[in-house]
Amino acid sequence: MSERIGVYVCHCGTNIAGRVDIDEVVEFAKGLDAVTLVREYKFMCSDPGQSLIQKDIEDGLINRVVVASCSPLMHEKTFRNVCTRGGLNEYLFTMANIREQCSWVHVDVERTTDKAKGLIEAAVRRTRLQEPLTKREVPINPRTLVIGGGIAGIQAALDLAEAGKKVVLVEKEPSIGGHMAKFDKTFPTLDCSACILTPKMVSVGQHENIELMSWSEVEDIGGYVGNFNVTVRKKTRYVDADLCNGCGACWEKCPGTRVPRKGNVHEKLSIGPTTSIYIPFMQAVPAIPVIDADTCIRFKNGKCGICAEVCERNAINYDMEDELIEFEVGSIIIATGFQTFDPTPIKRYGYGKLDNVLTAIEFEIMNCASGSTGGNIRMADGSEPKSIGIVHCVGSRDKHYHEYCSRVCCMYALKYSHLIKEKIDAEVYEFYIDLRCFGKGYEEFYDRLLGEDVRFVRGKVAEITEVPIEEAEKGKLVVEVEDTLVGKVRRIPLDMVVLCTGLEAHESLADIAGLCSVSIGKDGFIIEKHPKLGPVATTTDGVFIAGACQSPKDIPDTVAQASAASSAVLSMITREKIEIESATASVDEDKCSGCKICNSLCPYLAIKYDEEKGVSVVNEALCKGCGTCAAGCPSNAISAKHFEDRQIFAEIEGILSA
Amino acid sequence: MTFEPKIVGFLCNWCSYTGADLAGTARIKYAPNIRSIRVMCSGRIEPTFIMKALYEGADGVLIAGCHPGDCHYQEGNYKALRRHRLLKRILHEYGVEPERVRLEWVAASEGERFAKIVDEFTDQIRELGPLGIKDSLAEAMKDDIDPHEADKEESGVANEA
Amino acid sequence: MKLKGGIYWGAGCGGCDVAVLDIHEKILDVAEKMDFLFWPIAMDFKNDDVRAMEDGEFDLVLYSGAVRNSENEEIAKLLRRKSKTMVALGTCAHIGGLPSLANYHTKQSILERVYSETESTVNPEGTMPLERSTVDGNELELPRFYNTVKTLDQVVDVDYYIPGCPPVPQQIVNALTAVFNGELPPKGSVIGAGTKTLCDECPREREEKEISEIKRPLNMIPDPEKCLLEQGLICLGPVTREGCGARCINSGAPCRGCYGPLEGVHDQGIRMISALASVIEPKEEKEIDAVLDGIVDPLRTFHRFSTAASILRRKKI
Repeated sequence: MSERIGVYVCHCGTNIAGRVDIDEVVEFAKGLDAVTLVREYKFMCSDPGQSLIQKDIEDGLINRVVVASCSPLMHEKTFRNVCTRGGLNEYLFTMANIREQCSWVHVDVERTTDKAKGLIEAAVRRTRLQEPLTKREVPINPRTLVIGGGIAGIQAALDLAEAGKKVVLVEKEPSIGGHMAKFDKTFPTLDCSACILTPKMVSVGQHENIELMSWSEVEDIGGYVGNFNVTVRKKTRYVDADLCNGCGACWEKCPGTRVPRKGNVHEKLSIGPTTSIYIPFMQAVPAIPVIDADTCIRFKNGKCGICAEVCERNAINYDMEDELIEFEVGSIIIATGFQTFDPTPIKRYGYGKLDNVLTAIEFEIMNCASGSTGGNIRMADGSEPKSIGIVHCVGSRDKHYHEYCSRVCCMYALKYSHLIKEKIDAEVYEFYIDLRCFGKGYEEFYDRLLGEDVRFVRGKVAEITEVPIEEAEKGKLVVEVEDTLVGKVRRIPLDMVVLCTGLEAHESLADIAGLCSVSIGKDGFIIEKHPKLGPVATTTDGVFIAGACQSPKDIPDTVAQASAASSAVLSMITREKIEIESATASVDEDKCSGCKICNSLCPYLAIKYDEEKGVSVVNEALCKGCGTCAAGCPSNAISAKHFEDRQIFAEIEGILSA
Repeated sequence: MTFEPKIVGFLCNWCSYTGADLAGTARIKYAPNIRSIRVMCSGRIEPTFIMKALYEGADGVLIAGCHPGDCHYQEGNYKALRRHRLLKRILHEYGVEPERVRLEWVAASEGERFAKIVDEFTDQIRELGPLGIKDSLAEAMKDDIDPHEADKEESGVANEA
Repeated sequence: MKLKGGIYWGAGCGGCDVAVLDIHEKILDVAEKMDFLFWPIAMDFKNDDVRAMEDGEFDLVLYSGAVRNSENEEIAKLLRRKSKTMVALGTCAHIGGLPSLANYHTKQSILERVYSETESTVNPEGTMPLERSTVDGNELELPRFYNTVKTLDQVVDVDYYIPGCPPVPQQIVNALTAVFNGELPPKGSVIGAGTKTLCDECPREREEKEISEIKRPLNMIPDPEKCLLEQGLICLGPVTREGCGARCINSGAPCRGCYGPLEGVHDQGIRMISALASVIEPKEEKEIDAVLDGIVDPLRTFHRFSTAASILRRKKI
């Protein structure tokens, strides 16, 4: 049967029609080889637009389809489905992108129209040579890997577990809980962070469907959607988790010091035991301690052994080693969270040099009732500050560091003001650029703070110094800032300054992203499948994201995204099977001479050499269709389906002809 | 009339094509001289495609893939880089300025950068002038005829120009 | 009835004709089946003898050599007209061969090099060849020297190709036998060679490839058991059709590509660039370049035999 191509030109309202002469394009397309009909429509993606194509296929008028409209990344799936519904193999369809890469980016109508013609001719010529491909389905392993045990990972794991699905939760720290476990109160409702988080942590620890691997890191991920092979390194705790009952005798007696016990109040800031054998905080899940080998006396000189002596259950084992555990899952949720910006490089803020300049996370710990200050706000020398400045946007909204807004700082800064007022009623200054109080109850919280005698100064802090100019500044930290509402540079002497350090991508995120084959944006965070319509999926099927690994987020948004990710996983698991890439590579055994050039090219190890036949073979279940092997094959024995040489050659000829 | 170069782009689906789309979504204007072909990975791009594009009339070819380390398929872009480095070494022997073939890394978030690269590259090629491989081939062969040919009858196949 | 055959050499070295003679006593079997009515290198024929023949009278013509001048083209066209089956014999007729390396130059630059610049040339008068000249009152004419070397099929319609520089004698016998028995594949096919690349018949051991240094044969003694490419030698075996019996490889020399590319490969040399670069080990630009520096004259290495058949065909003028 000869090729009869239908070309459908979309106006996209005026998005395309405003810049591309549709009539001219239609006339042009009519003249192309193998094109039997050309239609234009306001919105091809609308129901009536889709029906046009479906009907033409059903009426037998066409057996191949070209839609000239937006980007294939936008609607390829839509139109492929139309083909399928009409009874046409979806791979006999091509999209010509005359919007994102044509009408939206060029000005001159004549040249934009010419380009649209070229793109359409390329699509038509390629479509003539396209071949139907069979869809392939693979079963989905119903078990899910959640990487990261902060609030995002906890929520996602619990949602899945509650639905009766097995989850492996991997956390690199000794306990789950993440950043949230370090907070005292949460904005804007001022719930006690521990009160709302701890029950969830306990549920995770006890849930029959959750296998918790704390103090563990994902080492390798192979496979593909529905069938990932995961290798996790269970770091050694030197404590046998099966024997330990978390009694605490070991850390009570341990003479080692992980967190300095000398120094000023700020240097000693911590939550949880400061000993070498420790749990990170008292509500830790699991409540099984870890020995910090770097500071443990036993590991330094072999002379200690107190923890083993005091342990009634003989759970301490100094010879324990890392374990590699391999298992299979069907889906992965990345929930690795964030790290806070280190303000040391901003020299003019004096962090690390000036006593009483703190980061936000240090201030959180100071406020935490179970922390080293017992929740009391103290200066380095232990006295109570009379005045505190809160500097916004440190490392965020700053071209030198992170251009983005960290989204949580304004609100936690307001929370600090409230806590300060409540606890010590000190004088508080908020130095802000803009106050961004966008969430539910946030603006109201700001409003409340305005009534709590907090001084708001609109301006970016220029410098924090201890060099006084006036008498009143002596022995104080002086914040120099342009108060943009007054139009004056002010110097404000204060006792303590809190830097609202922004959120940034965790340093391990790039590695995790690499293991999962998902991309990282220039901000360092994972790129979601679609910024609006695919916020929890990624470009790799079966890999989802939750929380601050995607972008800075507050707790409500993180929990919402975590639940969305688990629901996406559930919908996939419920289908039991999933379609995988049909456009894979395949080897023509009659042509392959077994030169083995392709053998090392496949990142997924999908190419193996068949010794018996003397040819290389592609395992299509592992192949993701990148086509690198086809490009490297010296004898043209490997074809990249749907991106074959002849198809791309036709596209080149077409794109240059008009 | 100023010379308007024809540029063929080979863009990887995940980073560069997405980045080019982003330029569209953000309505960043750039020269219409580029016409792009989408491949899944820059690792799919064969030097043969580039030669073919040059032969078919492209004055310049832009290859774009994910930044090193960011390849959706892990390492395809390194293969693209190596092929590019080797291809660049031979182009001048064909009388093709190596600058006519350009490799760039464009991330999915770099719509603006994509637009800038296209504009810059277009200007650069405009400066170099038309490549005109087919015209040049015809020119090089125009005297490759038998001086007596005119007297004789034509045989089966004519010269391919 | 006996078949009528002809053999001609265009721009070539005569090696293909020698290869025909190298079939030794089998030439007698051939002579039994076919009369040679035209074979200038071996016997005395005149072009006019051919012109006097009926169109299509030759059952088989083997044309070796590239098309380099107007005489090559004239005879190619003449033989095409007079033959039923025309075969491009050898690399030059097939894909241009060594003569087509001239396509990286121009006619003018070649003449200047040969007639004035070479170190051994003494030509104070600057004498250059002329198409027409008068000697003792007689006008002499030389064939026109072309700017661009062409493959046979860039000039006339070709039915089959027997590759090789020169073709292996046994493969010529096989091809002739196929003709005599009427067992020919579809028109346009390569005959007298395999369908896979040389690696298929290469006896050396192969592993996955990761090349971190490129060497030249003069700088090393290769391991006789291992793949030459893996040892860093540029071996065109992966992009070259099998059929020669791995002659060079068995003598310890890497393949130079004379049997041409496989079906569906558009440009043998450029394909080699893709394949070779794919398995270069480093990832950093500088380190990649350092490895590539080891390839002396990459273009002529990869296109040694196939310039005329490459996509761009010649250097732009």
